[in-house]
Amino acid sequence: MALRTPPLYGRHDDRGAQFTEFGGWEMPVEFDSIRTEHAAVRESAGVFDVSHMGEIEVGGPDAEELTQRLTTNDVAALDPGDAQYSAIVDDDGVMLDDTVVYRLPDGDDADYLFVPNAGHDEQMYDRWTDYRDEHDLTATVDNVTTEYGMVAVQGPDAPGLVAARADDSVLDLGRFEAEYADVAGVECWVANTGYTGEDGFEVVFPADGAGAVWDAFANDCQPCGLGARDTLRLEVGLLLSGQDFHPEENPRTPYEAGIGFVVDLDTEFVGRDALAAQRQAGVEQAFVGFVLDERGVPRHGYEIRKDGDTVGEVTSGTMSPTLDEPIGLGYVDAAHADDDTSVEVVVRGTGKRATITPTPFIDQ
Amino acid sequence: MSFDVPSDLYYLESHEWIDPETGRVGISEFAQDELGDVVFVELPGVGDELEGGDEFGVVESIKAVSDIYAPVSGEVTAVNDALEDQPELVNDDPFGDGWLVELDFDDADLDDLLDADEYADQIA
Repeated sequence: MALRTPPLYGRHDDRGAQFTEFGGWEMPVEFDSIRTEHAAVRESAGVFDVSHMGEIEVGGPDAEELTQRLTTNDVAALDPGDAQYSAIVDDDGVMLDDTVVYRLPDGDDADYLFVPNAGHDEQMYDRWTDYRDEHDLTATVDNVTTEYGMVAVQGPDAPGLVAARADDSVLDLGRFEAEYADVAGVECWVANTGYTGEDGFEVVFPADGAGAVWDAFANDCQPCGLGARDTLRLEVGLLLSGQDFHPEENPRTPYEAGIGFVVDLDTEFVGRDALAAQRQAGVEQAFVGFVLDERGVPRHGYEIRKDGDTVGEVTSGTMSPTLDEPIGLGYVDAAHADDDTSVEVVVRGTGKRATITPTPFIDQ
Repeated sequence: MSFDVPSDLYYLESHEWIDPETGRVGISEFAQDELGDVVFVELPGVGDELEGGDEFGVVESIKAVSDIYAPVSGEVTAVNDALEDQPELVNDDPFGDGWLVELDFDDADLDDLLDADEYADQIA
């Protein structure tokens, strides 16, 4: 299958980016070095092309009900311009994806925009339209992933950079709030959201405006690839769909994955009863952070042991560029999930000492 | 971008080099660039016997884990301990301070390796 490419592919190639396959897309993994890009976002600002993220618009009289039934959080609580982190689960409460749902301004063609992860847009489009048709709901569902591009401008200097190119009003947006603003002559949806643990914005725009928007930022701050995006999100303990949870390879509910705060059991949604039951019974394994106390780098799939017994598995790990320590995320049996518990991570057959550590790993 | 390929070294297709004078082994400038920021190096101990073509250690960057292969058979006579605290030397000076191990080896085994021109063609 041919890889999908973002509208900015040519610009990244000209800039000398290294590319990687991610979720069916060929995306820049590194422009200069992960360390350089990571440090720019922690200390000043960086811009990421995140056009691999999906965009699906939902409109019509039953748009709210449809989206409420297929996401775990309370869509009805959203006012126009609000954004909400949420999970999409199956009947068993197992996460298919995590997403951000935006309530669009009144007068827009659609009422909601939600952002599935790379490679999930077609599956989510089918999920929304199948449910709509089965339940005779009246709603439009449009997969506009290829019609839009998306960049993330992140870091302590990001608000100033975005305000200077959009409008000072973006500085008044609270966390998880969004508005339309003009950037470099392109009408953009500017959201105070991100995936780095820093201040910043995610900006969605029509694909034909991608070059103008990218240049408006990339000429004045560090272009960053998916490599730095991964180390940045790991340092603050944010989940990566498909890696920290996967419906077949590592089925997890939002409670197990540590994002029970996106589950509103007072709403009606697919998977609600299973999650209500788990909430009562408690989870068998919990999602935790850990620091490796010996030399080495924890990686996806490594075993976690306690007193010689397998008690869990690493789902993400790296050498933290900020801390210069090996850090990781993973699932361990609930009995061993408390902070400061000593465990072992098995690196190429050798157990290395590790300590369960609260996330975020860094001060924010 | 073109990469340095010192003419006095021999190479493996998998991007390791060996200095025929000193027996020092490392990874090429091209290889360290592909890997990106090196954060951890796992090496054998002095006295270990390596088999030519077999993996003998690991170089890990932030984004990847890469096995490293012995260009020739031989006994490890020295290990670059500096990499324990400064694995980034592999990025900064791959043909110098970023060397990995030193081997006592048989010169005849060099015939199986790529010379600098052949290796330069491979990464071109």
